[in-house]
Amino acid sequence: MTVTAVRKDPQRLTLTVEAEFDASVERIWQLWADPRQLERWWGPPTYPATFTKHDLAPGSRVESHMTGPAGDQPHGYWDVLEVEPPRRILFRAGFAKSDGTPNTDMPINTIRVGIEGVAQGRTRMSIEIVGIEGVAQGRTRMSIEIVFPSTEAMEQVLAMGTEEGLSQAVGQIDAILAEETIQR
Amino acid sequence: MQIAPPDSDRLFAALADHTRRDIVRRAISAEEGDIVRRAISAEEGVLELASHYPMSFAAVQKHVAVLERAGLITKQRIGRRRVVRTNLEALLVARRLLDQYEELWRARIDRMNELVAETAGAIDTVETKESKR
Repeated sequence: MTVTAVRKDPQRLTLTVEAEFDASVERIWQLWADPRQLERWWGPPTYPATFTKHDLAPGSRVESHMTGPAGDQPHGYWDVLEVEPPRRILFRAGFAKSDGTPNTDMPINTIRVGIEGVAQGRTRMSIEIVGIEGVAQGRTRMSIEIVFPSTEAMEQVLAMGTEEGLSQAVGQIDAILAEETIQR
Repeated sequence: MQIAPPDSDRLFAALADHTRRDIVRRAISAEEGDIVRRAISAEEGVLELASHYPMSFAAVQKHVAVLERAGLITKQRIGRRRVVRTNLEALLVARRLLDQYEELWRARIDRMNELVAETAGAIDTVETKESKR
């Protein structure tokens, strides 16, 4: 299995994916640093990507578009923040308008790529995507607030609850999933 | 590799208890801000909640704490009072979004792997040819 770990943090809206390849660090770096290689994996087969401007240097802007089956061309850009070949890239990725200028209505992700050798001929790549946002369309917020009698009480409650109940119910996950499906 | 327990484990574990699901359900059925407006005194919030369940005040507090740890409730300070706020829908939206991103990146990593395997094969072929010379 190539993907070795996936971590999701809904509160921080952060996704971390780790993968290992039977290849050298330099080889994996090329997947990012060579735009012709990048084009072969960035977009899905139905939306192949074209990188029209690609210079992995701090302060530079990488420009690309994908071409859809109907000829539609969503544009994207990266603002490169930090680069340390062949081990690290930090950039902000966003959508662009057809003239290449950033579309500020669309979400921006910060992507941190790390590449490291783990064994002879084996390389780990980790990708951390921070600040994942969706379009707020159709979102409903429902909330409740429960007031605690005092700060002490709240802290006491938080201290008590940390261990309790977390492991006891793992076997019931299937039931919960089924129940949730019915409720929806 | 040290991996923190996935958040989904905590989420499902938190929702695996009847009382905790009920607390969350009350959250969903409440009008936004309604409880805040009705919480005249600080005590009423939790006491009111506790009165719905055949268990001690402390036990309800424990359940609330598990929900907090699962990210279904967050801490907040409003003026001098400490309150907790539930926002299940936002959390579920976030989780769906993270799932979509996971899918996107898994597909990308699959394509990377194919590309790496392809070129590794090409290099092997070249090396074999050279060694035959």
